[in-house]
Amino acid sequence: MARVCVAGAGVIGSLFAAHLARVAEVSALTRREEHAAALREHGLSVSGRAGFTARLDASVRPEELPAPELVIVACKTTDLDAVGSLLAGHWPEATVMTVQNGIGADEVIGRHGDWRALAAVTFMSGTRHDDTHVQYVLDTATWIGPARGTTVDDAEHVAELLRSAGLAAEAFPDLRPAQWSKLIFNATVNTVSALTGLPHDRHFAELERPSDLGHLVRGLMDEGKAVAAAAGVELGEDPWEMNVLATQRGSAHYPSMLEDVEAHRRTEIDWITGALVREARRVGVPVPLHETMERLVKAKEDSWS
Amino acid sequence: MVVAVVGCGAVGSLFAANLATLDDVEVWAYDLARAHVDAINRDGLRLTGAGEVTGRVRATSDAEELPPCDFGIVATKAMHTDGAIAATAHAFADGCVATVQNGIGNEEVLARHVERVIRGTTFPAGKIVAPGVVQWDVKGDTTLGPYEERPAPFEEVERLADACTRGGMPTTAVHDARGPQWRKVIFNAATNPLGALTGLTHGRVCEQPALRRLASQLVDEGTAVAQAQGIVLDADPEELIDYAARREVAYDHKASMLQDVEARRQTEVDYLNGGIAGFGRRLGVPTPTHETIQALVKGVEASW
Repeated sequence: MARVCVAGAGVIGSLFAAHLARVAEVSALTRREEHAAALREHGLSVSGRAGFTARLDASVRPEELPAPELVIVACKTTDLDAVGSLLAGHWPEATVMTVQNGIGADEVIGRHGDWRALAAVTFMSGTRHDDTHVQYVLDTATWIGPARGTTVDDAEHVAELLRSAGLAAEAFPDLRPAQWSKLIFNATVNTVSALTGLPHDRHFAELERPSDLGHLVRGLMDEGKAVAAAAGVELGEDPWEMNVLATQRGSAHYPSMLEDVEAHRRTEIDWITGALVREARRVGVPVPLHETMERLVKAKEDSWS
Repeated sequence: MVVAVVGCGAVGSLFAANLATLDDVEVWAYDLARAHVDAINRDGLRLTGAGEVTGRVRATSDAEELPPCDFGIVATKAMHTDGAIAATAHAFADGCVATVQNGIGNEEVLARHVERVIRGTTFPAGKIVAPGVVQWDVKGDTTLGPYEERPAPFEEVERLADACTRGGMPTTAVHDARGPQWRKVIFNAATNPLGALTGLTHGRVCEQPALRRLASQLVDEGTAVAQAQGIVLDADPEELIDYAARREVAYDHKASMLQDVEARRQTEVDYLNGGIAGFGRRLGVPTPTHETIQALVKGVEASW
């Protein structure tokens, strides 16, 4: 049986951990002691698209967990450095897979150790009810690609494991097209949602009047596409089509940045829009709209600090 | 001389109460807020704060009660201009109508209903604290000038400016009032929505270098749109922004648009950033930042 450690048991980490626990020996590395204790005592329940309770090991200290073959780093981007330093010196044989929004998560972890690395983007979503209960909302795929010291076969191996656990997953020889599509999509949808208070709904695709939100959404995505093109990345899906499709389905997804803003938490702006803006500077493409969004979201964070 | 103030909120009340202190001016106020109207008719219209004034004003929510007037002063929120002037236009069949509202485009709306229009910009500010009682926060100047498309005679503009000044609201009549108006619109459009979108007061918006630069970007786009029309700003909006950020001026002031957002009221963004962007489109001057800001604030309104 494969041994997997999920570092960071938020929504995405919990969904991975619970599903994998059905086919593998799973442990969770959590930030809070009481979270680990609750997981050890009650297991992890999934509702929504699946309904089951999984048993798993959990701790805040890697040395208390069995050495895994695969570490899935599923913490928020803002916690990447902390998780990296927690893992430093442990499990040199393991492969580490990052699943964060944005680009560059595998590089942050790589600063703390020379594990072999896979990079992933996940499109699944859920809602966290408490430390031991997560609701599985969108059963969309996780895409996996080689990052450092790995090949597409390693990616396929993990994808196969996820599929056997009941999750949708696919391996790609080069993840950048998918990562960039998602980065552009996220940098746009998250910031617009965080600043307006709107969930990702039909307003995001409206183009009727000049002041309709769709024009801004498209403008932000066009800037992102120009950066990707200049960086030599051919996009996977077109972000604007992803946006239109998602909003036509009639669902009104609550982007995580809107949840952060409503809870007066620090957002992932530096990792999402910030990553795009840094890359834009590197390749010399102007992104004035994304810079405006970045400034406004950062200022909004300041209003409650 | 008979003057009707259309929309007797904070700014309208400043004009109405001050003008009502003059023996030669009969002041009417048209407003839909029943409690405010009743209090004004019962106790007079009272200003406190920057000046202590109680004016005898005849207030009504029924436009039919308005007598023929020499002047109208429209002071509604910009989105209510059309309804308010459509209801009251009959009273100004032989008179002139001035706007002292925020934003641009109000004159165009007035001109669809009345013959002689006066372009105006005013800086005094206040808030209604109780029916019939207005807190006068900031004193300031008003500029009036004929609206080019449907101008009021300049002597009439001077007559209204003179009455306002004598009443305690210093007002200047000029031939081209676009400069002061665009300076104020640019100031408002560069600062109000940044407060509304971030929750920060005017002073805190200006303290953040990145946000202050965003305000400058909005000023630059707005100034380019003004210049494309041959409008010469009477002063630099940047100076006004920095002046207002002082502790003793408006550091802690929550922009009216932030107040609107907090109270979940429709904002004036269409007449500020939307007004500038609209002129920009017609003139071929790009205003991407104003368009972005307008779309975001409209999004905020749509989220309620």
